[in-house]
Amino acid sequence: MLLLTQADYEAIRLSVKVALAATALSLPFGFAFAYLMTFFKFRGKVLLEVVVNLPLTLPPVVIGYLLLIALGKNGWLGPLLEALGLRLIFTWKAAVLASAVVGFPLLVRSIRLAMEGIDYQLIQASRTLGARAVDTLFTVILPLSLRGILAGSSLMFARSLGEFGATIIAAGNIPGVTQTIPLAIYEYASSPSSEKAALSLCVVAVALSVLVLLFHEFLAQKLARRD
Amino acid sequence: MELRMAVRKSFGAFTLKTDFTVSGDKIGVFGVSGSGKSTLVGLLAGLARPEEGEITLDGDCLFSSARGINLPPQRRRVAIVFQQPCLFPHLSVESNLLYGFRRLAPELRTIDFAALVSVLKLEGLLQRGVNNLSGGEKQRVALGRAILANPRLLLMDEPLSALDDSLKFPIIQYLRSASERFGIPYLFISHSLLEVRLMTEQVLAVAGGRIVGQTTPEELARERMGQSQVGYINLLDGELLRKMGGLYVYRWGGVELFVSAGNDNPSALFELSSRDIILFKKHPEAISARNLLKCTVVDTFPSGNKVGVELRCGTQTLVAEVVVQAADDLAIQAQTEIYAVVKASSFRRLV
Repeated sequence: MLLLTQADYEAIRLSVKVALAATALSLPFGFAFAYLMTFFKFRGKVLLEVVVNLPLTLPPVVIGYLLLIALGKNGWLGPLLEALGLRLIFTWKAAVLASAVVGFPLLVRSIRLAMEGIDYQLIQASRTLGARAVDTLFTVILPLSLRGILAGSSLMFARSLGEFGATIIAAGNIPGVTQTIPLAIYEYASSPSSEKAALSLCVVAVALSVLVLLFHEFLAQKLARRD
Repeated sequence: MELRMAVRKSFGAFTLKTDFTVSGDKIGVFGVSGSGKSTLVGLLAGLARPEEGEITLDGDCLFSSARGINLPPQRRRVAIVFQQPCLFPHLSVESNLLYGFRRLAPELRTIDFAALVSVLKLEGLLQRGVNNLSGGEKQRVALGRAILANPRLLLMDEPLSALDDSLKFPIIQYLRSASERFGIPYLFISHSLLEVRLMTEQVLAVAGGRIVGQTTPEELARERMGQSQVGYINLLDGELLRKMGGLYVYRWGGVELFVSAGNDNPSALFELSSRDIILFKKHPEAISARNLLKCTVVDTFPSGNKVGVELRCGTQTLVAEVVVQAADDLAIQAQTEIYAVVKASSFRRLV
């Protein structure tokens, strides 16, 4: 029997919201970045690749800290955000940003793999049949990258659900505001009497992950049948 | 169609440098792999950019380094049929066919979709996905898609290389008939001299990134006879007369040919190597070969260390090949009579 409090339900809702928002926010950038890295040669490409993949190897806490000093009131972008009337740090938006940064390389990798698998002559055929580059992007490259986009989005969503280190630094652990499932479990784990509550949230986390994977499989098979 | 191409393009150690003008509707580009044929295609279609030079098509400039012109592919109206069909796998046959058509300005949508579908025999396939089509069907769809885009020039870049012989030669008929029917001039690029002969009326020979010859396919075939591993390939259109003792009898010009590799179709196209024809100065007796053709020597021509012998056989022409010594021994001269002997099994059916 699951023992879930109102705060736990709020953490679940927030986790899903943050993961969805992070995935939705990252998708257009991830697609554009994958397109750039797959089909263009330019100076500094390797450096850009390293920067984008850095979150894969950096401890998430470091990413959270960097976000904190970049977006905080006295951070690099603080004055700009203040001028725009935006407050990110210690809000759910910071959790979204943290998840987006951490999950971005996973999203890009999946889309890029799909794009690299496209026969380049299909793109050339499209161009010689009268399509502009943007037309080819949306009528050939995008549909043929769908599986990669789907796989990357699922990975990104699942990774966002589990995001902890960067989130706790950049967004804090405020129940009802920025407390996601991992942060709530962390809080329960710190208190000896909350073992059952922690376990209940663990079950929810596992269930959500399984659901994401099942949904991914379902869509992948549907796409495979279409092909 | 008139095409002028005076360009230079380098890839590492390889440099393509051309300067030619060609006019006509059925032009061949012949050369071995790595000679620069596909580079030529890329430059013409705007998929690659020359380092310098000029490309004009029917007087319109597609590229000029001097004038700073480089039309993008979508504005050149130069379509390509690639070696692989390159159909869009996420689209149906119909959507593939209409991909270029839908991107044309309304006044350029002059190719009749239904007529094209009929010429290419694609009626039953329109709603199907492209992944379950046979190789020949895919290539027909690719050809239809390119023609519907109403290109000023169609580039066929080794479109038959990926097909088995059984599919290859029927497709040639589609390639020719569709282009003729809708008035689309083409550049047919191939490493196969036989394909070039079947598809084109004049040919540019490419080697080492240079145009080394501009001639007719027939002349090119004769020039290359001596160095070719298969000699000169005679192409014979036969009309089936009857079957006899396991052999098929075809009328070819005014002559009857006995062929092992026939079939029940009313007509067939055969190839016969110049090396499979044995010449006799006098009527030979008691021979096992089933075809004994009385011919007149029209001409002889040197090719490498061999001599080609052009024969008039009924109303048709046949090219045989002998070594120089044999030509001397037989004193083969124009206007003399000679007997050509061909085994029934020497004919290879193409269609």
